[in-house]
Order: sequence, then C-alpha cells, then structure tokens
Amino acid sequence: MSTHSKTTLNANVETARESDADPRVLILAAADNVGTAIADIAAGTSLKLRGKTLASGAVPMGHKIAVQPIAQGEKIIKFGAPIGSATRPIAAGEHVHTQNMKSDYLASFGRDGSSRMLQGH
Amino acid sequence: MLGYLRSDGRKGIRNVIVVAYLVECAHHVSREIVSRFKHLPGQPVHLIGFPGCFPNKYANQVMTKLCTHPNVGGVLLVSLGCESFDRANLGKAIQASGRPAGLQIIQETGGTRKTVEAGVKWIEEALKTIAKVPRVEMSPADIIIGTICGGSDATSGLTANPAIGLASDLLVEAGGTSIFEETGELIGCEHHMGGRARTPELGKELIRSVEKAAHYYDVLGHGSFAAGNAEGGLTTLEEKSLGAYSKSGSKTIDGLIKPGDVPPRGGLYLLDVVPDGEVRFGFPNISDNAEIVELIACGAHVILFSTGRGSVVGSAISPVIKVCANSVTYRRMSEDMDIDAGRILESRGSLEDVGRELYGKILRVAEGEQTCSEGLGHQEFILTYKSFEPIWPSCLPVIR
Repeated sequence: MSTHSKTTLNANVETARESDADPRVLILAAADNVGTAIADIAAGTSLKLRGKTLASGAVPMGHKIAVQPIAQGEKIIKFGAPIGSATRPIAAGEHVHTQNMKSDYLASFGRDGSSRMLQGH
Repeated sequence: MLGYLRSDGRKGIRNVIVVAYLVECAHHVSREIVSRFKHLPGQPVHLIGFPGCFPNKYANQVMTKLCTHPNVGGVLLVSLGCESFDRANLGKAIQASGRPAGLQIIQETGGTRKTVEAGVKWIEEALKTIAKVPRVEMSPADIIIGTICGGSDATSGLTANPAIGLASDLLVEAGGTSIFEETGELIGCEHHMGGRARTPELGKELIRSVEKAAHYYDVLGHGSFAAGNAEGGLTTLEEKSLGAYSKSGSKTIDGLIKPGDVPPRGGLYLLDVVPDGEVRFGFPNISDNAEIVELIACGAHVILFSTGRGSVVGSAISPVIKVCANSVTYRRMSEDMDIDAGRILESRGSLEDVGRELYGKILRVAEGEQTCSEGLGHQEFILTYKSFEPIWPSCLPVIR
C-alpha cells in the first residue's frame, strides 16, 4: 500500500474522461482493472474500453465492471489502489461485486446479516 | 462576514441556546421546553444531551466543549436530580465562558410541568441576553469545517468527496481549518496518509490510529459498511475508504486530534474517533450524527456532508451542508440537498466548479444563509459512551 503515489489517489472524473473509455464507464486510474458504471448498463451491451470491444454483464449505476480478465486471487485495482481480491476468475465485462471479490481487511455484510467475507481469510 | 464574539476569542456563525438533558430521564422535559420555541425564525433553541446515568469522562468532555462552542450563546441544563453526570462542573465551565447558564433539577422544581414552565421562562430571558452578544468582523481564517460522508455509494468517491476535498484545500489556503475523520473508514489508506503528515512522528501516529481502528472493528466483527453501501456498488471497506479519503483534499496533514480537542491553529487535521484501550461500549460511532457531534465538539462551525444514497440529517449547534454525489438522488431529494455534485457525471460542470461552488456556500452559510437541513428543522444529536487517552505531543503542530 505504501507504493501509492499521490497522483493515483487524486484520480478523478476529468482525468477519467480523457481516456478512451465508453462514456458510460469511468476508469479512474491507469493501473485500474475495473471501471465504474455511471449509468445502468444492460447485459450484452457492447462497450469499447481501452481500445477493445467487450460484451458487458448487467451492471447497475455505481457498480464496477471488469475492464480486463482478472485471475482468482488477483487484486482488484480502483483509484489506482487495491480494494480487495478476486475470489474466482473474472472475465472482461463482468460485474465485479460481492459474488466474485472480497475485502483484504474486513467482511462486508448484507442486510440479512450474512457475512460476505469469504473463506480463507 | 460578522461573527458572534465569545470570551475565549473564538467567533460563532450562529447564536443558539442549547437545552442539555443530563440523563435520558430528563429528555422529555427538555424536548418540551425546546418545542415551545419552534415557531421562532431560525429555530434558535436546540436540544442536546447525554442519555447515560453512569459517569463517563468522554461524555463530560464532549458536553463541555459543545456547551462552550462558539455557535452557542447560552445553555439550560436539565437534570432529573439523581443521575451521576457532573452538572456542577459543567455549569461552572459555561459560567466561566461568560454565557448565560441555567440549571433545572426536575426532582427539586417539582416534576414535568413545573420544570417545563421554569425552563421556558429562563430561555425567554436568555434569548434577550444573547441578542446583545457583540458581532465582530470574521474571515475564512476563523472558520473550522468538519467533513463527513454518510449514505455512501460509489458516486460519493467520484464527485462529492473530491469536491469536499477541493473546498477543504481552498479553506486551508485561506488560513482556515479543516477536520476529516472516521479512521475506521480510512482503512487501506493509512500509509498514503502517513506520507502526507507534517512530521515523520505525526505520520506514525496517523498510521497507528488507523491500525487501532482496524483492530477495533475486527474485534467487533463488523466494519463501517452498511447494506446500502453494497447496493450502491461499493464492495469492500477499503473501496469505501479510498472514496472517503478524498474528502481530505491534498494539503499536508498538520495534526491528529481526538473528540473535544480544538485545533490550535489553521490547517488540516485528522480526528481519531475510535476509542483507546480494550474494546468496550460497542461500536465507536453508531451513526453519522455521532461523528458530526464529535466534529462540532472540536470546534467545527460548519459540517460538509457528502451523500450518494441520500441522507437527510442536519445537526444541533452547527449547520450541515449536504453535497449530493449523483443527480439521480439529487433530483429525487433536492429539497434536502445544498449542492448537486452529480453534475460532474453529467458533464454539467467540472470538479473544480463544484469545489468552488461549495467553498462559496461555506462562506454564505457562515454569513447566516440557512442550509437545507436547517430550513427543514433538522437538529439531530446523539452522544454515547466512549473512552480516550489524551493525544501525544507529536500529534499537534508546534505553535510559533
């Protein structure tokens, strides 16, 4: 974590706009392997991200989308910093959330009280 | 800009009377007293209090700092009579500050109705007295802001939080003070934050405060992460943290304070809200208003509150400016929102535009303009049990 530079954490919407990303997806820093949907994106939508066209899963506004394939155990990078790890292989275009990633620190909880912290931590 | 001059030299942007219950048993009587003044413009009589009957040093400290806050002109203490709260010392501190200080003891005055009538009479007089408090010229350098996020979603970290960071930078450049907080929501950012400290010793303390928070939440088995955060697209605590961290802007961090510590001079400060010692009394801050109260106890005149999901809260004592992170929520709840930071996502303005709009709003609210939550009568307040050790000398800047 100590390797973060100030510039990566000051990533913001304007710098994101300068990238070649589809306007519906913001990629906040060059090192990121996920983008953020700023509109609801329907399953099967064709998105051009980082020069490649990929088929998106259903991704609600504010949620994350994989912009490249991510291996199981690999860090999920957003704001240029790790926000957790993949709990299974994730395909480019897939919705990235509690079903395929986990915190490296503490569990996240659902409204039913179920822990989303996955095994092995 | 004119402020209300207090005897300690601090200047207030509001001049309110606070009714403070010293145990839950005195809450209803206090609320009845406050309700008699709801019709007054600006609703200048606010309700605060501590529900517990057992003594607590932290609660004493926070209540003392709130009752002598620059936005407060006078205080009516309401005691049942048998609770442990040290009402004598609190009363002395208020008197020593030159403010009108009243005390009603329900068991001595003779019950609910008599205490309400006596309290109302006292406040009618106190309002006349505090109307004479001198107004003096005030500048941005006199202002302390506290920054907080609540009802966060993934857009909070993209728009509203960085806009708050920008407004915070502008205030610090003008000589003012900005306090950011919730070390439990900075888990994952500690090393970056340590690198922004004024001194290496302070950097170590900043990192230690977040490690303390991580341990505390680990023992409790639940981090600062609500179901609505996940519905809004945030998956992990550290993802929420990185978004929250951007509220701190880009300035050098000048100090680390604890609830009730007033920053000794302008600059950027981290407020450590997680108790010291072994884990007891439950969650550090059980809801957003508990954090707001601590920021105000550190002298914050104004609170900047970022929300993506849409919080409606305000606060007793200091106005809360709500910065809405996306325009979907803004349009749905516009009466409750002061700033639409979501326009950044809709290409209707840049981050800098929103940051400057927010800074302008801080100054206008300091001049007396009502925030949305003030206009709607929001005066939420909550204070619970905690315990802290004093800060280390290396946590504060050297005063020259």
